[in-house]
Amino acid sequence: MEKDVKNPRSERSRSLEEIFEARIARDEKIEPKDWMPEKYRKTHIRQMSQHAHSEIIGMLPEGNWITRAPSLRRKAALLAKVQDEAGHGLYLYSACETLGISRDELYEQLHSGKAKYSSIFNYPTVTWADMGAIGWLVDGAAIINQVPLCNTSFGPYARAMVRVCKEESFHQRQGYEIMLKLCNGTPEQKEMAQDALNRWWWPSLMMLGPTDDKSVHTEQSMKWKLKRKTNDELRQQFIDQTVPQADILGLTIPDPDLKRNEETGHYDFGEIDWEEFWQVVKGHGPCNKKRMKARVDAWENGAWVRDAAMAYAEKQEKKNLKKAI
Amino acid sequence: MSKNWPLWEIFVRSKNGLEHRHFGSLHAADAEMALANARDVYTRRMEGVSIWVVESKHITASNPENNGELFEPAQDKIYRHPTFYELPDDVKHM
Ligand SMILES: [Fe+2]
Ligand SMILES: [Fe+2]
Ligand SMILES: [Fe+2]
Repeated sequence: MEKDVKNPRSERSRSLEEIFEARIARDEKIEPKDWMPEKYRKTHIRQMSQHAHSEIIGMLPEGNWITRAPSLRRKAALLAKVQDEAGHGLYLYSACETLGISRDELYEQLHSGKAKYSSIFNYPTVTWADMGAIGWLVDGAAIINQVPLCNTSFGPYARAMVRVCKEESFHQRQGYEIMLKLCNGTPEQKEMAQDALNRWWWPSLMMLGPTDDKSVHTEQSMKWKLKRKTNDELRQQFIDQTVPQADILGLTIPDPDLKRNEETGHYDFGEIDWEEFWQVVKGHGPCNKKRMKARVDAWENGAWVRDAAMAYAEKQEKKNLKKAI
Repeated sequence: MSKNWPLWEIFVRSKNGLEHRHFGSLHAADAEMALANARDVYTRRMEGVSIWVVESKHITASNPENNGELFEPAQDKIYRHPTFYELPDDVKHM
C-alpha cells in the first residue's frame, strides 16, 4: 500500500475510530460527550428510540384490560405493570436525548411512522388470558433481549437497562400467575389460557428478531455490545426455558415439530412464518393502524394540558419576578 | 459592598459507565470558575473523569416535611415486587 495517497484527515479519523473500538473491546463505557463515530450515534438513536417507542406503544394492548381486570388484586398489578412500561419509555427517551436528538423529533418519528416499534404490539388482546400470555411470553422474551443490554457499551443506555430489568422481574411473574390461575380453574378458563398461548407463541418467537442469516447488523452490534448473543441464540434460550414452564401449566405449545433433542440438550422447533412477521413490520398487522391512532390521538388531545401547564408556569414566574422587585 | 459568589453543586462521574454523583458544593463567580474549582476541590486524586456544575439555586429539593405524602404511598404497593406473585418452586428462570 506504499502508493496510497495519505489523507491526513481520514487518517486521523481512522485512528480515532480505532481508539474508540479498542475502548469498547476493553469493556470501557462510552459517555455522551466522548468522541464517537457518527454511525455509532445514529445506530444508538435508532435502537434506543425504537426501544422507547415499544415501551410506550406496548402499554396499549394491556391498557385495554385494566378496567376489566377480574379482581382488585389483578387490576392493581396490571396497572402497576403498565405504569412501569411508561417509566421504561421515559428512561429510554431521555437516554436517547443525550445523543443530541430532541424529544419532539423522537415523537415526530413515531407519529409519522418513520420509526418502528416492536411489532408484537400490533396483535389484539381479545381475552383476559392475553394479559397472562403477554406477561409470561412477551415480557419473558423482552427480558432475554434486555438483560445483556445492561452491559452494553453506551453508558446511558446500560444504566437505563439496569433499572428496566430490575422492574421487569415482576411483570413476567404476574403474567405467569394469571396463566397458572386460569389453568387450575374451570375447563373453560384453561381453554382460554391455551387459546392465548396459541396466539402469542409465534409472535413471541418473532420478537427475538430475524434469523441470523437475515439479520444485517449483527456483526457491528456485537462489536458495540448492543448484542451479546445472536437472534437465533436468544430464541433458542427463550424456547428452552419456556417449554418447561408451559409443561407446569399443563398447556401445549402450538408447534407439532417441537421436540427435545437429546443430543444437543435443546428443543428443536418448527418453521417460523417470517412472511407474517414482515407483513406486520410493514404495517399490515391486525392492529397497526389502531395503535398509531390511539397514540397520536392521546398526544394531540393532550396538547391543551401541556399548553396550560406551560402557561401556568410562565405566570408563576412573572409573579415571582414581581415579588422579587 | 461586595457581592458573594454564588453556590454551585458539583457532580462527578468517577468512571465511564457510572452516573455522575453529587460530591458536594463550592462557591464560584461563574460556571467556568466552578468547573476549575471543582477540579481542584474534588478530583485531586483522580476521583473523576467528568464534572457537572449546577448553580445551587437551580435545584429544587423536596421538603422533608412532605415525606409522608411523597413516599409513603409506595409502602403498601407490594404488588410492584416480584415476591408478591406465588409460583410453584419448580418454575425456573423467572
Ligand atoms: Fe418494559
Ligand atoms: Fe421492554
Ligand atoms: Fe415489562
